[in-house]
Amino acid sequence: MVAIAESVPKRASRFQFILDRRDVLGALFVTPAILYVLLLVGVPFLLAVYYSVSAYTIYDPSWRFVGLENFAQIVQNPVFMQTLRFTFILTFGSQLLGLVLGKFGALLLLRPFPGRKFVRAIIILPWAVPIALATVAWQWMFDSLYSVINWTLIALGLITRSQAPNWLGDPHLAMLSVIVVNAWRFFPFAIVIFLAGITAVPQDVLDAATVDGAGFWRRNYQIIVPMILPIVAIGLIFGIVFTFTDLSVVYLMTMGGPVGATSVLGYAGFQTGIVSGDVSHGAAISLFMLPVLFVVVIFMLRFIRRREI
Amino acid sequence: MPRGVANALRETSFYGAVAFFFILAAFPFYWMLITSFKTNPDLYSVTNIPFWFNDPPTLEHFRYLFEQTLFARWLLNSLVIGVCVVAITLLAALPAAYSLARLTGRTGESLGIGIFLTYLVPPTLLFLPLSRVIADLGLQNSMWSLVLVYPTFTIPFCTWLLMGFFKAMPPEIEEAAIVDGCSLFGAFIKMTIPLSLPGILTAVIFTFTLTLQEFVYALTFISSSDQKPITLGVATDLIRGDIFYWGEIMAGALIASIPVAIAYNFFLDRFIAGITGGAVK
Repeated sequence: MVAIAESVPKRASRFQFILDRRDVLGALFVTPAILYVLLLVGVPFLLAVYYSVSAYTIYDPSWRFVGLENFAQIVQNPVFMQTLRFTFILTFGSQLLGLVLGKFGALLLLRPFPGRKFVRAIIILPWAVPIALATVAWQWMFDSLYSVINWTLIALGLITRSQAPNWLGDPHLAMLSVIVVNAWRFFPFAIVIFLAGITAVPQDVLDAATVDGAGFWRRNYQIIVPMILPIVAIGLIFGIVFTFTDLSVVYLMTMGGPVGATSVLGYAGFQTGIVSGDVSHGAAISLFMLPVLFVVVIFMLRFIRRREI
Repeated sequence: MPRGVANALRETSFYGAVAFFFILAAFPFYWMLITSFKTNPDLYSVTNIPFWFNDPPTLEHFRYLFEQTLFARWLLNSLVIGVCVVAITLLAALPAAYSLARLTGRTGESLGIGIFLTYLVPPTLLFLPLSRVIADLGLQNSMWSLVLVYPTFTIPFCTWLLMGFFKAMPPEIEEAAIVDGCSLFGAFIKMTIPLSLPGILTAVIFTFTLTLQEFVYALTFISSSDQKPITLGVATDLIRGDIFYWGEIMAGALIASIPVAIAYNFFLDRFIAGITGGAVK
């Protein structure tokens, strides 16, 4: 493309005339990106939909059409229903926890204090560092024998060594651990989003409200919260999509266990479709994400549109 | 006096709350750091105080990592993947973002939102068909499969990010160049690109960190140790049977985390402005 650009001004040809038309150049410029996305997101997506209504496995590549049979088999499986339930619990729990921590943390970081920049830099880390690497650090902290958390609890005299919990070995504790790690990863992002929103609220609006007699809570809930809602919504949408569809935390920390307690849709799709080679059922499991993603996209569109007005 | 006491109490609780957040965020990384410098007998003891060195610190884990494992190879793989993906992404996203921000009007706006929404299509929905595509192209179990697939999320992301930067630039600059005899294409190459270098740099940095953070596609497509990128290698390849090499794993995680952590802190504000597109103004 660059080569064409350099040769064009010298040869004042018809080619140059066409390139100078805004619509032609516009279409030309946008084509590579659209083609890339269509070929490697659009086509695979349609392929995934077709897989889910076929009998395709790596042992039977016949692509036989079976209708909704795969979906019917999946929903009858109690293990899958547990997976579906935990995916929702995980998404809701971790986002709620992350948002509460985020709002609170943002309020703290709004106030100037010595070392604030450094504190902010450190607080960003859980969100910036690759989640797979942070997850292995947490896995080591939850170790069944050398857990630093248990050591601290024992040292504080809260439990004895024989009572030490096996964080990733007990179904309920494992669920809690996965939720905590996801919330831990999300809360710095929530802080940053809240900070960006709050600092963008014009000070004169707040001053005017104060003069009119609005107290701290009124200013907070009737001015700041409504004004930052669009930006927080966009942040929350990102958080929901990444938690709801994630597989790495569960894969690395619990392998969906113990006894399937922490399996999530992404992990179940991976196990069935890739590890076991049952591509059609794996694709069908993954497609259960679609309704949620669809709702999320609609919300996203609403908030992006509002932004442009 | 009671006023002074109340003040002191408020200050204490404020700094207490800051300390809580600081420790919550930092502890896992402190844990990485201290684990990677501890000797094995010190690590695997239930009685030693875990928060500090009971034996003198050691570089043994780092030595093992570089000499006995493929760690250096994973670093190189990640670098090659990152550079290639950045190149592909810029080639596609720069003109696309310019076109959508400047040349195509209302349709461009909708098309831009459409491209951005594909960023929300998760890898866990696409990995099955994509692994088939990868196999058909003969790229299975090769790091080049990641070079092919990663732009599917970096192109939408950067197109959106760069659209914001281009929109914030006054169009008069290009118009002046065109009046002075530049072609439309020439104005883009000679005026827009040099002037938006800070935006382009942000896009480069975040494309690179997105490739470092990615885990799902790497896990799905690659099983040979020598083809793994660093995140996948550290997380899955330093385990022999049931034995986790915690010292080495934490040392590797630390090395891979540092550049990403620094990059994020430097470019954070631009990142937030990019993804929210100035939603609050």
